[in-house]
Amino acid sequence: MEMIKNAINRYVPALVNGKATIPYKGIGKHIPTGRKAAPPIATCAHYPSDGNKLVSSIREALEKCELRSGMVISTHHHFRDGDLVANIVFKEAEKMGVKDLVWFPSASFPCHAPIIELLENGVIHHIEGSLNGPLGDFASRGKMKGTAVLRSHGGRYRAIQDDDIHIDITIIAAPTSDPFGNSNGVEGPSACGLLGFALADSQYADRVIVVTANLVPFPCIPWQIQGNYVDYVVQIDRIGIPEKIVSGTTQITKSPDRLLIAEMTTQFMVESGIVHEGFSIQAGAGGVSLAVIGQLKEYMKEKNIHSRFMRGGSTQYLVNLLEEGYTDYILDGQTFDLDGVRSMRENPRHVWTSPFTSYNYHGKGNFAGMIDATILGATEIDLNYNANVVTHSDGRLLHGIGGWQNCLFGKCVILTVPSFRDRIPIILDEVTTVCGPGDLIDVIVTERGIAINPRREDLLDSLKNTHLPIRTIEDLKAEVEDICGGVPDKPELSDNIIAVVEWVDGTLIDSIKAIND
Amino acid sequence: MLGEAGSRSASVRSDCYILFNSEGNGREIKLISKVQIMYGRSIIALVNEVLDFYNIADCTVQIEDQGALPFVIAARMECAIKRALPDTENEFLLPLHKSCCYLSNRDRFRRSRLYLPGNQPKFFVNAGLHCPDGIILDLEDSVAPSEKDAARILVRNALREIDFKGAERMVRINQGSMGLVDLEAVIPHNVHLVLIPKAEKAEEVQLVDETIRQMVQDREVFLMPIIESCLGVENAYEIAKSATSIVAIAIGLEDYTADLGTPRSEDGLESFTSRSRIVNAAKAAGVQAIDTVYSDVGNMKGLYEDVKLAKKLGFEGKGCIHPRQIPVVHQGFEPDAREIEKACKIVRAFQIASDQGLGVVSLGTKMIDPPVVKRAIKIVEIARKMNLIDENWMEGGAL
Repeated sequence: MEMIKNAINRYVPALVNGKATIPYKGIGKHIPTGRKAAPPIATCAHYPSDGNKLVSSIREALEKCELRSGMVISTHHHFRDGDLVANIVFKEAEKMGVKDLVWFPSASFPCHAPIIELLENGVIHHIEGSLNGPLGDFASRGKMKGTAVLRSHGGRYRAIQDDDIHIDITIIAAPTSDPFGNSNGVEGPSACGLLGFALADSQYADRVIVVTANLVPFPCIPWQIQGNYVDYVVQIDRIGIPEKIVSGTTQITKSPDRLLIAEMTTQFMVESGIVHEGFSIQAGAGGVSLAVIGQLKEYMKEKNIHSRFMRGGSTQYLVNLLEEGYTDYILDGQTFDLDGVRSMRENPRHVWTSPFTSYNYHGKGNFAGMIDATILGATEIDLNYNANVVTHSDGRLLHGIGGWQNCLFGKCVILTVPSFRDRIPIILDEVTTVCGPGDLIDVIVTERGIAINPRREDLLDSLKNTHLPIRTIEDLKAEVEDICGGVPDKPELSDNIIAVVEWVDGTLIDSIKAIND
Repeated sequence: MLGEAGSRSASVRSDCYILFNSEGNGREIKLISKVQIMYGRSIIALVNEVLDFYNIADCTVQIEDQGALPFVIAARMECAIKRALPDTENEFLLPLHKSCCYLSNRDRFRRSRLYLPGNQPKFFVNAGLHCPDGIILDLEDSVAPSEKDAARILVRNALREIDFKGAERMVRINQGSMGLVDLEAVIPHNVHLVLIPKAEKAEEVQLVDETIRQMVQDREVFLMPIIESCLGVENAYEIAKSATSIVAIAIGLEDYTADLGTPRSEDGLESFTSRSRIVNAAKAAGVQAIDTVYSDVGNMKGLYEDVKLAKKLGFEGKGCIHPRQIPVVHQGFEPDAREIEKACKIVRAFQIASDQGLGVVSLGTKMIDPPVVKRAIKIVEIARKMNLIDENWMEGGAL
């Protein structure tokens, strides 16, 4: 396989699944030309004038959409590990005798382990999307036929919009829908909050099927997905397992070491001036992020500071800030608990967003870059601040990119990580996989101290007199290697490329090799 | 002969299980590790180093590793070998890490002391990051009787390897003769302070003191007897005076209230008198008075109130059983703003008096007695350490 060295000195294949690739050129260096994709023109003449698009089963909908071998089928991860729909759809495809489908999920979860059997028997040729848990493990062992293309949430929207991938049929699992196909995620027993990850699919796929367990008469309000894009609506008994879709409550970490990381992060943001009147922040549902939100609230209360907007991952903690008036808006990308769902349903200031508004790099801007501080994680970081989120140090592919790459455009990007996990150092000479360039990563907060990218002289300057343990990344690395017993060995990987990592602009930033069993 | 050591349950982290069999033809080492790819080679090398040290040519070693650090693997290996071959005496010592070589001093702060169960290595390595004044590697109540030997080796290795970030390095030994065996294992490895549990008589403390003095002559190992019984309370002053190496006495209320025959209550009324008596005995003997632990780790408000009460009673420190308790304890012992302001004034006056060679310190028209100056210096010291005043406090009234 021909490999090309890209601008960050990583080798990527010249061809992926038969298509020519573009190697990563640097941030903002790849300027696309041409026009966006467009779905075929539809006409009302082909749709029932009474708006009733109901069909009796997923099978019937797939048949009406003329499912054939080799098609690209997409689903979404609004139900996270509680999704039932993707497995049902592909099982049905198997019964229909089709082969070589490409599954294009917005993310996969351990609940999709049954897909492995369909990859083995040829119903699905390969997956083009984030591979998590058992599917990542399967691909890592070199067992998947095609090459997985790992994209961020924004990158996925971009790839659809730019026609890098063409979706033949999308199946949107919707907690509530009307017979016309208007759908939302805030009502019904499978309520998950929003349906933003399906927006591009609804706009650009040839055929759109909505599957719901909660059918309401027209109009389904709010219509997060507009029925005007939808071909068929199917009602089935269950589309997801509610307790796995959203947790009843999300919890702040109890680990003293992680709380220490959170405290240092909060203190860093306060001392560097990030937390000012009208600031904005992105924080996910991880234990450390939640702890930061809790601590920030105390500080904001004390100093009477308000935030203009908070980007979630919404949870009870963000909702609490909104309801007590400490933030004007929550711009939500994904809802993690029941409080988040309730708030989104009831509070117009709790806004559902999509990868288009938040993350798409091939648009006329997006709001990721407007956020004052984003708090993210990583599996590995190198001395140039390049970071990995998809593979572990043993080479196994175990996580998706999510919105991580897109969030790197925030004004101050903070990675909160333990300095080592089970003896495995996080800071290395070279990461196993580069998912994000160090040019965009500003600060690393570990329980052993804070490393600030030397590029950010302004931050270093603003913290000259701090009591915070600011250290060089080299110093942190040396201490951790001393504790762990030296520099860890690297895995011996095979030459077989099992996945590539796309940067937000569609260029390839790195590739992932199969592990040797 | 077989010897096993360590732990193999699924929930174990940062530890390993080792089964050592002294029978075999050559060395056979079987390793299953969570970090096989990254550190498999290094684990095997360490195991061979231990086997070389004990001159073991023939054996089978089976290791199930959950990310144990080298000091843990070495300790578990040594323990497994010693259990299989009980006549083995030598200690496999890892090189003393430079971060373990600092000293303590008699008058240092002992506001917080964090207990670490002596046989649970996963808590060791980050303990110092939470900045307790002292870290106690516990060989007593937190270690099962069948694991005392394992804990001794592990604690010894930790004392040689782990950076406790300036915290006073403490070990709580067992009672009686078992405690003397503990001393042998740990004292040579720069232990700063030994906690003697359930102290009831001066002689027990003196025996520990003498045993230590025979082992190290070049430095003083401090003692902190813990008084945990009615008899101990009665003898508190005698105990506190029993050796010059004693720097503090502490009260342990769990055992004390059991001895008293009454449950430990929220308001602590049942132990009020004995707490006060411990403080009084300590001050009479010129040592620090240290309060018991607060056992509800989820209740930070309750802890804070308890620390405030302890401070009021005259205690200077408190035991911690969770790292999150440490900042709350420190905060509880913080002097308040008025206290600090007054102390700063007194110390400034003292400085002026010394500069001018005056024997008497006065503030305005008021004479200040030496003990008041001493206390003020202490408060200023605490305030500096807690960042309640800036480093230039001497020049201005900056608060």
